[in-house]
Parts: sequence; C-alpha cells; structure tokens
Amino acid sequence: MEKFQTLRTSGVPLPLENIDTDQIIPARFLKATTREGFGTNLFCDWRYNADGSPKPEFVLNDPRYQGQILVAGKNFGCGSSREHAAWALYDAGFRAVISSYFADIFRGNALNTGLLPLQMSDEVLARLLAAIEADPTLELVVDLPAQTLAVPAWGETFSFAIDPYKKECLINGYDDIDFLVNQKSAIAAFEKQRAWTW
Amino acid sequence: MPRPLFDKIWDAHVVRSLDALDVVYIDRHLIHEVTSPQAFDELAARGLELFRPSQILATADHNVPTLNQHLPIAEPLSRSQVDKLTENCQKYGIELYGLGHERQGIVHVIGPELGLTQPGLTMVCGDSHTSTHGAFGAVAFGIGTSQVAQVMASQCLLLSRPKRMRISVEGELRPGVTAKDLILYIIAQLGTGGATGHFVEYAGSAVRSLSMEGRMTVCNMSIEMGARGGLIAPDATTFAYVAGRPFAPQGAAWDDAVAYWQTLYSDEDAVFDTEFTYDAAAITPMITYGTNPGMGIAITGHVPNEVPAAEAESFDKSLKYMGFERGESLLGKQIDYVFIGSCTNSRIEDLRAVAAYVAGKQKAEHVAAFIVPGSKQVEQQAIAEGIDKIFAAAGFELREPGCSACLAMNEDKIPAGAYCVATSNRNFEGRQGPGSRTLLASPLVAAITAVQGRIVDITQYLN
Ligand code: SF4
Repeated sequence: MEKFQTLRTSGVPLPLENIDTDQIIPARFLKATTREGFGTNLFCDWRYNADGSPKPEFVLNDPRYQGQILVAGKNFGCGSSREHAAWALYDAGFRAVISSYFADIFRGNALNTGLLPLQMSDEVLARLLAAIEADPTLELVVDLPAQTLAVPAWGETFSFAIDPYKKECLINGYDDIDFLVNQKSAIAAFEKQRAWTW
Repeated sequence: MPRPLFDKIWDAHVVRSLDALDVVYIDRHLIHEVTSPQAFDELAARGLELFRPSQILATADHNVPTLNQHLPIAEPLSRSQVDKLTENCQKYGIELYGLGHERQGIVHVIGPELGLTQPGLTMVCGDSHTSTHGAFGAVAFGIGTSQVAQVMASQCLLLSRPKRMRISVEGELRPGVTAKDLILYIIAQLGTGGATGHFVEYAGSAVRSLSMEGRMTVCNMSIEMGARGGLIAPDATTFAYVAGRPFAPQGAAWDDAVAYWQTLYSDEDAVFDTEFTYDAAAITPMITYGTNPGMGIAITGHVPNEVPAAEAESFDKSLKYMGFERGESLLGKQIDYVFIGSCTNSRIEDLRAVAAYVAGKQKAEHVAAFIVPGSKQVEQQAIAEGIDKIFAAAGFELREPGCSACLAMNEDKIPAGAYCVATSNRNFEGRQGPGSRTLLASPLVAAITAVQGRIVDITQYLN
C-alpha cells in the first residue's frame, strides 16, 4: 500500500445519495483475477452509453474536473462488499472520498486500499459541493497527520476522525496482514484454550 | 454485567485488544471465485502460508452459468476465474465444492445446509450477505478482499466492536406476509444507511416464530440497511435444523454444543445502543419501487409524494430510472420477468411456497419466469418432491444453482428497460443487467405476479 500523508488537489462533485458499489463498479467487471485496471470501468453505466461513447453530462467526462478527491452524497459505498470499488476509484486516480456518511465495509476497504474516506458534516458537504460546482479548481488540502481538510479559499480548516491505528497504517503504508501475522503465537495459544471445538 | 448476545460471541473470540481494536478470531471462512483470487495473490506475493486451511470452505457460485453446468464454462473470463479458484484450492489444500459437486451452491445457502453454520461461531466471507448465517446466532459478516487475505494468513481480523441494535417485531404476521416482507418493511422504515455502524439482533415473537429459512431471509438483508450483520438468538428451531447435518457435532459433542448454545441469548437487562420495536400486524406484503432496498412500500401502497429536499435529486433520478412517478400506485403494472433465486430466497422452503401457489396454474404468457435453486441439494430435493414438474407444467423454468440474475455476472441478465420482480436482495441500477428494472418481493409475491402478469394485491389471490 502506498503511503498517504498530505494531498493538495481539487474535488470532483457527485451529489447523489446512497451511491452503491454496483454503480462504482458493476458486477460484470468483477471477472478479473488481479487488482489492476478497474479504473476504466469506474461508474461505467453512468459514464458511458451502451455503445461505449462517453456521456458528456457525467462529471468524470467533464474536463473541468481533474482533482483526486471525489466529493459524494451521503451514505457512499453502500451495498456489496467488493473491494474492487475502492480499487476502481484508486486506479482512476482518486486518493480520497469526501462524504457525510460511509457504508462500513466500503470504509474499511478504502482504508486497506490507501484511499482516504473523509467524513464531513452534512452542512460542510453541501457547502463543498456547491463551491466546487461554482469553481471546479477550488483547492482542497488534506493533512492526514493533522487530521484536517483545509479549504484555503475560505480560510477554513475542518478536522476529521480516523482510527489512530488506521491512520498510522496509511501514513506508513502498512496494512493489517503484517500486524496479524506477527500475532500468530498468541492466536495459536487462543485456539488451544477456546471452549468450542466442534 | 448483562450483555447482548452479540457481545457474548464477540468477547469469546477476542485474542487480544489494543485501544479501540480487537484481534478477533474467525472460526469459519467461506470463499468463492470472485473475491478470492487477489487474496491468494497477496499471500503468494508476501510469501505467506495459509494459516488454517481446514477452516476454509470454497464454492463457485457468483459467476457460474445456470444451464448446462456439466459442460465447460463457455465465457472465457468466467471460466478462468472459476479455474483459478480450483487451482488455488488445490495448491493450498482447501475443500472446494465446485461446479458439478453435489454440495455446490450459493455460499450462504450451502453453509447452513451442510451444518457448517452453527450458533456461537464467527464466520466471514468476501460477500456482504454473509450476515445470512446470523440466523443461527453466529456473528457473521462480509469482508473485503484485503481482509480475506488477512483471515487466510492469520485466521483473525483486526476490528472495532460495532454498536448494537435490537429490532423487535412482536405479534403475528398476517396471511400472505412472509419473512421477506418483514425485512423489506424494516428496511423501508430505517433506510439504506439506518443501521450503519451497528450489528443488529432481531427479536420478538414474530421473529421467533419464523422457520430457519425465514430467519435466514431476514438476517440476509441486514446489510441493506447498512448493518455490519444481523443475528437471532438460537433456540429449539435452530437446534432442530442443525441436528444431523454433515458438519454438525455428533454424539457427546452434540450435547456439549447444545448446552453451550443454550447460553447464547441477550441477558435480560442488556443495553443496546439503539432499539426499535414494530408491530407484526402492521406489516403487509411489500414491494420496492426504486433503486435501493429501502425504497419499499406495501404492494397496495403508493410511491411517496414528498421527500426531504436533500434527497430529492437522488429520489427523482431513481424514479426516472424505474419509469415510475411520485405518488402513483404500482397495482396493474405489467411485469416482464420473474426471478426466484439468490441467497435471500432460493431455499427449499421458498421453492415449496412458489410450487404450492402455482400448482395447476399457468404463468402469464408475456412473463419469463425462472427459478434458480440455491444449491445442488435444493435442486435435488425439489426434483425428489416433484416440484420440478409443477414448475414445468406452470411454464416456470428451473435452472441449475448459482447467484444468477441476482447480480447478473453470468448470462442471466434482464434486458434494459424490462421490469423484473425478483426475490433477491438488491434493486440497484443495473444490478440485474444494464438498464434492468428490479422490484424486490417475496417468493409468494413473485409467484402470484408471474401468474397474473402484473402487480396485484396478492391478498386477493391467496390459495
Ligand atoms: S445470490 Fe446475490 S447477494 Fe447472494 S451471494 Fe450471490 S450475488 Fe451475492
């Protein structure tokens, strides 16, 4: 996993609620056996017509939006557990998603992919969406060690919550496997004493 | 200290704790072809061993054809994904119930059916509907592929304890109202994000009176309101279902197991972070009109007229996709497809319910009705009971087991613009194929719709 420390970029607005992982990456693209290449099919059915031509009205086809942060409506990433959704966003160049609410599994998958889920209040999210639509170049600055999102044009900084262990992992590019594999002797001891063996 | 059932099971599986996170031991790990290949690669890339191969069970379900399963899979990408699973299982010594095996089927159907799913266990799978197994009083939940690799490498996950929610449904369900209606009703009340961050316990007399199949349907859809999982305290119904199944404890071990399982309930004064209580008599046959499972109404009801301003854009986009209007009734709408299947409703009890209704009747001419059993065993049972003949006579096509049109990874797709009443769990845009329009409902509603060819007040048509 790549290290994540700070990010200075602009946002891509997608002001819909309950965006599910079937929209982020439709099931028919889950046949690959590797992690790479899902970015091409990110939001496929919203992004392309049936003949493969781009739908000009969809935000990812709008050349004014080039940023690395997706700014999306409430309850982002609900539905399927497919980590492919996080991989597709990452593969398409996104490094963070801002929403006012994330589905649990998506949040975990994003953190395990190196994609930062950044939860803001409904109010801040609404302000961000409006401001980005008015000015697609609006600069956003994420500082993970400080746990802040700054909007320099507003002179405002918002803090966000993240589990301290997960934060360390992202900053250093570590993941849970390394940690868990080091616990093997404790795990084996646990197996010996557990009550149920059937 | 009085504890909720969830905590009793979780606490018994904590290897160690660090601040807000627990190292949680996982008893059973189910894998399938779609979310496992990258996890196996991860292990290989790091030179890690598979820690406990005997605690993993594999099957091929998401991506398999439902016709001619005895032939090699025609679609090259699907075939390579299924082959990859076979290869990995051989390499690591994992039991695989692949295509053609008498125990093959949808991962959440075969676990319970084989007695692998038991009270008090922790179970995971790279699939969000792993919550199904909670029907037995297990802590079961879906995980992403990185976590699949973690469990393979350590048989553990590093997790924060979710909040606990209890949803009680008291009283008796009315005629024609099934477990599916009960859960669609709850999700319609709470919305798709209403239980995010929580593990749900379903309780109350209406839940206790459900069969194991019905309980599985309820727990299955927990994720559709954002819950990490759902569970129901095990009782005599549970024990009777598990007894004698291939992986169930036998002899003295069975007695020990039952003695332990009987301790698995929420203590009387246990505190939940959130509680809801519903009246079973208020629940009617349900159907969804929109593009998330929270958009459900009584089948005789109306699409809402008013929605909060913040939701209006998503709401209208959804109605436009479905071809419905605010405030309208769905009664009389013509339906093109009926799909009976998926880990929500493809068990033998579901097939029996459909057969009991359609026996001696005919599907409407313009409707394509197909039934995809949840497992090879369900299929065999249906044949043994003569249910297959009832379906054939009524014009319903009985296919071979798999996820099929629930997620349309294989050829079983609903064409763009067509309406499908489905017994599955998701009505997302394009879920059943690009442009497909899904209306979620119970097997009984699906059966009646197939015969009538349109949406009707099913209570007028009960046998
Ligand atoms: S039947 Fe549908 S919901 Fe169930 S495991 Fe298969 S794809 Fe997932």
